[in-house]
Amino acid sequence: MTLSYYPGCTLKTKAKDLDIYARRSAEALGITLAELPDWQCCGGAFSMAVDEIANKLSSVRALAKAKELGQDLVTMCSACHNVIKQANDAMAHDKDFSRNANNYMALDEPYYGETKVLHYLEVLRDVVGFEELAKKVVKPLTGKKVAAYYGCLLLRPGKVMQMDNPENPRIMEDFIRALGGEPVLYPYRNECCGGYVTLEDKALAGKKSSQVMDSAREMGAELIITACPLCLYNLTKNAARPEVPVVYFTELLAEALGVKE
Amino acid sequence: MTENRDREQVLRSSGVDVLKCMRCGKCSGTCPSYDEMEYHPHQFVYMVEKGEIDKLMASPSIYKCLSCFACVERCPRGVEPAKLVEAVRAMVIRKQGQNHLKPDQIPALLDEDLPQQAIVTALRKYNRGN
Repeated sequence: MTLSYYPGCTLKTKAKDLDIYARRSAEALGITLAELPDWQCCGGAFSMAVDEIANKLSSVRALAKAKELGQDLVTMCSACHNVIKQANDAMAHDKDFSRNANNYMALDEPYYGETKVLHYLEVLRDVVGFEELAKKVVKPLTGKKVAAYYGCLLLRPGKVMQMDNPENPRIMEDFIRALGGEPVLYPYRNECCGGYVTLEDKALAGKKSSQVMDSAREMGAELIITACPLCLYNLTKNAARPEVPVVYFTELLAEALGVKE
Repeated sequence: MTENRDREQVLRSSGVDVLKCMRCGKCSGTCPSYDEMEYHPHQFVYMVEKGEIDKLMASPSIYKCLSCFACVERCPRGVEPAKLVEAVRAMVIRKQGQNHLKPDQIPALLDEDLPQQAIVTALRKYNRGN
């Protein structure tokens, strides 16, 4: 099965591991990720102002391209997923926005949110299936206590993202179970790490990421997994006691599938 | 008159119905930047309602919202205060010369691990759409 794939800017630079292990694992699971031609940066944050048009167009172009190719669009980075999914929802439901965007882009065929956007975790759950995934594991994480860090962007706003219950999610814990590990629940698993504020307020980013790191450590986590390069950065660089290692969930996946090296 | 016009612009740009707010404070209770804010999320709601847009526009609070959508998700009445913060911030940075982060400042803020995601997100949040 071939799916369109939107890697995003950071997966081409500082978060290459997130990308490489995802591609290798997909191949091992019989899925081809076809990188979308000429994709542009999503901008990292979805503008909540309904009258912001131009900075949402890169997402709409990616979505329209996937529609043209007749493929679902797979995202990996939490931020890209959030921005593209929210842009897609606006194209489907905000008539003023979709009219303006379509007028501006003058596509051969107007776009109204037809493309299905799937985060890689959703591909594992809904296309591959966690039961099938478990069967392909050759190096299980037996006994390993792993804390899933959702952060904010994968789940919220829940009515648009529709990945999981935004307050009591389980997709990443089920993923950990499929790999044979033991998921660790902790209070801060879907609270913010501080995000981009690290650029101008290190103290705030430090406070927020310390809360997450400390919370996971106190509940016995030996490892934290994330889908977001900025979460990984904040937890490892800005937390006061970054004692629990943080890795991309795809690295763990590749390891369990025996395709890490 | 300017106050009215600004209030209308914030309401239009955010799409928020401030009259749905029951002042429970859950948005501020869940806000990760609460301690850093002069005006908190619930205050944005009633200050927009009263048309006190100039105070909000002048406040550093508009740059403290992390866009984590916690208040958007958890408001029992779907008021979604972050959208007001975004709309007020957009009104400020759309004015000539009001970009909050100058590209020239960025090199000094980088370290070898900082993901591009942080830079593009900050530029989108702090600068006029460009």
